[in-house]
Amino acid sequence: MNAPLRDRYPLAFRLYPYRRSADQDASTPARHSVVIVGAGPVGLALALDLGQKGTPVIVLDDHEGVGLGSRAICFAKRTLEIMHRVGAGAEMVDKGVVWQKGRVFRDRDEVFAFDLLPEEGHRCPAFINLQQPHFERFQMEAVTRAQTAGAPIDVRGKNRVDALTDMGDHVLLDIMTPDGPYRIAADYVVACDGAKSPIRERLGLGFDGRVFEDNFLIADVKMTADFPTERWFWFEPWFKSGSSALLHKQPDDIWRIDFQLGWDIDRNTELRPEKVRARVDQMLGPDVEYELDWVSIYTFQCRRMERFRHGRVLFAGDSAHQVSPFGARGANSGVQDADNLGWKLSAVLNGHAPETLLDSYDHERLQAADENILNSTRSTDFLTPKSRTSKLFRDAVLTLAREHAFARPLINSGRLSTPCVYDGSPLNTPDALEGGPARTRPGACCPDAPVGNGFLLDHLGGRFTLLSLGAVGPQIDGVTTLSLTGDALGPELADRYLGPAPQAHYLVRPDQHIAARWGSASANDIEAALRRAMGAA
Amino acid sequence: MSDLILEPNIPDPDGFYADLLAAHEGLSDDESAALNARLILILANHIGDRAVLRDALTAAKGDRP
Repeated sequence: MNAPLRDRYPLAFRLYPYRRSADQDASTPARHSVVIVGAGPVGLALALDLGQKGTPVIVLDDHEGVGLGSRAICFAKRTLEIMHRVGAGAEMVDKGVVWQKGRVFRDRDEVFAFDLLPEEGHRCPAFINLQQPHFERFQMEAVTRAQTAGAPIDVRGKNRVDALTDMGDHVLLDIMTPDGPYRIAADYVVACDGAKSPIRERLGLGFDGRVFEDNFLIADVKMTADFPTERWFWFEPWFKSGSSALLHKQPDDIWRIDFQLGWDIDRNTELRPEKVRARVDQMLGPDVEYELDWVSIYTFQCRRMERFRHGRVLFAGDSAHQVSPFGARGANSGVQDADNLGWKLSAVLNGHAPETLLDSYDHERLQAADENILNSTRSTDFLTPKSRTSKLFRDAVLTLAREHAFARPLINSGRLSTPCVYDGSPLNTPDALEGGPARTRPGACCPDAPVGNGFLLDHLGGRFTLLSLGAVGPQIDGVTTLSLTGDALGPELADRYLGPAPQAHYLVRPDQHIAARWGSASANDIEAALRRAMGAA
Repeated sequence: MSDLILEPNIPDPDGFYADLLAAHEGLSDDESAALNARLILILANHIGDRAVLRDALTAAKGDRP
């Protein structure tokens, strides 16, 4: 408490320089709707979503911008769709390295190849690689554009939360700035303050799970090379720079290389540039010229909080759950937390929904976190066999995969992030579309499809929408209607939303997840589903 | 109901057993363990049915499926 503000890391971009706020001169703490702690990818995603819905939001960060280092580089289709909706997606896809294919090698031999998006008709690619500082910079540029258009978003750099107190009908925050301390009050606080979450620590909340006994070295290397833009992964690579290795392209001729080092290592020794260069040289050969751009060693855990909602304080992203990096399920799931929470907070604050709607954030995002942790744990068990026998089976899979197709799906170098289907969510209405495609069942996120010269997802989201296909839907209060018939109903839409059914109505939530679907529906059916999706008991 | 067959099902059981031992002939313990692991994976894929595989794992542990 009251310790001076010191940067814990150097900045890549200074995005939100400290400015004195009028709140610092207020005689009583100014009251705000939502305060987000942490201006990382999750906090900014939530701020953009809330601000564009007209819900006032303050973002506090103890730095003035984003830290150095590429860190999260793989951003999944769902993240890009969300970023498109809040106005930051196009720049990301432009700058990012688009990819969808991966190859897995053992020694020198390719044992498996995969394609993450084998179908057409989506605006966003399966994945882009983009350094996290650029991701946050594009988010912040979108914040500035939104502010200009009147969105009530206020990002305050060098504002560190030193204490928070739940006062029953609001939360009181003690904040430290370069000009000294001040206080504000908030209806809700969302902690997006990372895996070491000071807010979680302050509230004394647990964060339990499994620690994996392995170290991975990240070397970001700058070089001009003509490797394809695919994810290349080696088990027991011929170049012997690690027990596994990963090569992935980033923008600006930067290549991410990961080496698996094992558990008993000396971090400081391994981080010495000559030691890192020796490993990279073994991989690339002696004649390749490159610069080391960024080097880091990481270990990882798979763990989560027991609950993500604690009264008026909610947790999102790494503060709530942590996974191994294999599968790109960290930042991507955090952005989906924000996507899930934004509309619910707005609806509760506007008085359109009971505050119990926020409990469904817990329900749905715990389910997603468990799915991510399960996938991430399984990948890690394959990558880091924890016994002689698990190594034996791993090697048997890799050996068989060269000759036999059946073994290839067993190879697990990371199952890449896909959005969770909220099966069993209390917000869902039971499926009433006979023979409807499984991928668009209630709880699922709407798959994109071409509509006219654009895409379906451009027409959905931000509010409740009744999407009618092959039929015209009834007008419902509080629901936007989108009816696609005749030529507007293309083959991809029919395949993804109708299956054998001649017509369908979908009630789509503001986060583009499906709340209900019917073959035919009355206004009463839709109103009941809407009440349910808004958290009515 | 389980479809795992635990009644005799291999024609010429002595011949199969001899084949199994012959496959391991001359292998080190590590090589034998690796062969067994590959064999399990091949057989498991052939069976394919998750319920049968679960029951087989249970039976192999000495419990009743």
